[in-house]
Amino acid sequence: MDLTCTEEEESFRAGLREWLARTLPGLPPRPDPTNWPGRRAYDTGWQRRLYDAGYAGLHWPLDAGGRGATPTQHLIFLEETEKAGAPYVGANFVGLLHAGPTIASEGTPEQRARWLPPVLRGDEVWCQGFSEPDAGSDLASLRTRAWRDGDDYVVSGSKIWTSHAEVADWCELLVRTAPVSEDVPKHRGISWLAMPMDAPGITVRPLRTLAGSTEFAEVFLDEVRVPVANRVGAENDGWRVTMVTLSYERGTAFVGEVVACRRVLADLAREARKNGRWDDAVLRRRLGRLSAEFGALWRLTQWNVSESQRAGTGVPGVGGSVFKLRYSHARQELYEAAGEVLGPGALDLGHEWTLDRLSSLSYTIAAGTSQIQQNIVAERILGLPKGR
Amino acid sequence: MDFQLSEDQRALRDGFRDLLAGRFDGTALRAAVDSGAPSLDRALWRELGDAGFFALRVPEEEGGVGLGLPEAVLIFEEAGRALLPGPLVATFLAARDVEGAARGAVVVTSVLTTADSGGLVPWLDEADVARGDVSGAVPLRSVDPLTPLHRVPGGGGAATPRQPEADLLIAAEQLGSAGKTCEMAVRYARERTQFGQAIGAFQAVKHLCAQMLVRTEIARAAVYAAAVTGDAPEIAGAKLLADEAAVRGARDCLQVHGGMGFTWEADVHLHLKRAWVRAGLGQSAAEAEEELAAAL
Repeated sequence: MDLTCTEEEESFRAGLREWLARTLPGLPPRPDPTNWPGRRAYDTGWQRRLYDAGYAGLHWPLDAGGRGATPTQHLIFLEETEKAGAPYVGANFVGLLHAGPTIASEGTPEQRARWLPPVLRGDEVWCQGFSEPDAGSDLASLRTRAWRDGDDYVVSGSKIWTSHAEVADWCELLVRTAPVSEDVPKHRGISWLAMPMDAPGITVRPLRTLAGSTEFAEVFLDEVRVPVANRVGAENDGWRVTMVTLSYERGTAFVGEVVACRRVLADLAREARKNGRWDDAVLRRRLGRLSAEFGALWRLTQWNVSESQRAGTGVPGVGGSVFKLRYSHARQELYEAAGEVLGPGALDLGHEWTLDRLSSLSYTIAAGTSQIQQNIVAERILGLPKGR
Repeated sequence: MDFQLSEDQRALRDGFRDLLAGRFDGTALRAAVDSGAPSLDRALWRELGDAGFFALRVPEEEGGVGLGLPEAVLIFEEAGRALLPGPLVATFLAARDVEGAARGAVVVTSVLTTADSGGLVPWLDEADVARGDVSGAVPLRSVDPLTPLHRVPGGGGAATPRQPEADLLIAAEQLGSAGKTCEMAVRYARERTQFGQAIGAFQAVKHLCAQMLVRTEIARAAVYAAAVTGDAPEIAGAKLLADEAAVRGARDCLQVHGGMGFTWEADVHLHLKRAWVRAGLGQSAAEAEEELAAAL
């Protein structure tokens, strides 16, 4: 058990810190959250800077255009960029964390050459078309149909909770290519397509979240033509292809956020000492417990990263579900505590903690609800039987 | 960074697991519980000494094994899994100062104090040496059939400063117990059938088991990391999370066992009672939370 960094890792950290200190002051001002084209330009501009400095796709394999960095170097990257207050992955999220890794692992050489470099350069933005109004936790029951017509699939149906749909160039789309029957269980018969978002027949309708912003959208598909060449993986094998993607989502996606939560916790303590609420032992102890919680979550991250480094895959295992269950809950607890620290200020939308408190409500739902995650932990790690 | 067990660490852990499985298995545990007044198995204590349990951190030039805190938490985790009785922590920490402790020839206990509730001394009557001020110690009818307890009025409190290493080793025992009760619950949930299926197929049961594992793995990350850094606030966090994992794990294990869980015959209550005792020894949850808050 070794928590110290090697000389090579420390020199990587030092180089990154130096680059961040030099680069961050030159960034343009952050756009208004409601300005989607502005947000896209800001996020992709940051990605381009990372690309030019050699930090894009750090943990992607070399033959996918990445840097082939170790999981530990990737962890250092996420830790240091967050500590320095660098921009978030933002609109590049799906491309860098879902679609890109999936194409890197399952795509043909042509597909990798077509789609991966623009993601790394920040030239193209992806969105995700997985969930449907009637296929949420039970994703495999999705009904968006695709049938063959010459060299194209013709796709009809609807998708929901699609982030960045208004500004995306591509959509990683799950479609049904074989109807469910006695011979075809619902997990088969699904295919993974890269759909160009400018194709005729696509309608995007933004959805307003309870925080008041339009962070995601419904996407309606009316006989949209997608070339068969845009299918990644074999026809009807999309479920397996998708699982590759989802394991990424449940792995390192929250590393920077744990660092951010620890900073927010320190800010809460500072604010409570200032406004007198620190004298309340119940609140003080609550903050102390959260400190233990986020400290342990950071250690669990290091544990999981070391595990994937030893396995040599870089792909996080089901242990990501253990992390996600605890983290999503802890994040909500953190912002509940923030509400106590703020007192009446907790009712003021002008305070960023109030907005973050609202956003935190999605954490036990998005990317697999806590209930589904508990099923995964119970069935795949503990080996309990499947049931209802 | 390589925050995983090394091969040597795995071998050490497996070696002690095997030793305890051979020398203190479920049958031996029940025999100890049902023997009436708890007495310390001196022969086992010396065998532990021979195996290097107490001398693990004593430097090699002093005749010890010369390993560190990370290795210590691994063997205490195994002791916790097996519900091994005795003042293991105090004897371990006395290995360099008390002649014979490292060999397992001398049994050492000590006052493990929480500032708010006075001092508690486990195994006072059986120990050869008691460290800390035990004058006026009064026996309790201990809730744990395998941990006799004395209370020190006024609690040697100021005299006994906080011992982070003791807290860490207790936390490691709690971690072992949490892992074990999770395994016990899962095994029972797979075997016991109702409504024509294993009860582990019901989500209500599944989710209890999943949360037991989550608490265990969070505590594991905290305990192992605290052993590597030796940092006092990090140890406070480890004790807090491990106490919770052990106590709530035993509670949930009891619940999964249904009526059987409420019987003397099932081992579940032994884990719960020991977890309560360990949570009451060393730093309390309130103290840990205050220490962590102060460090924010």
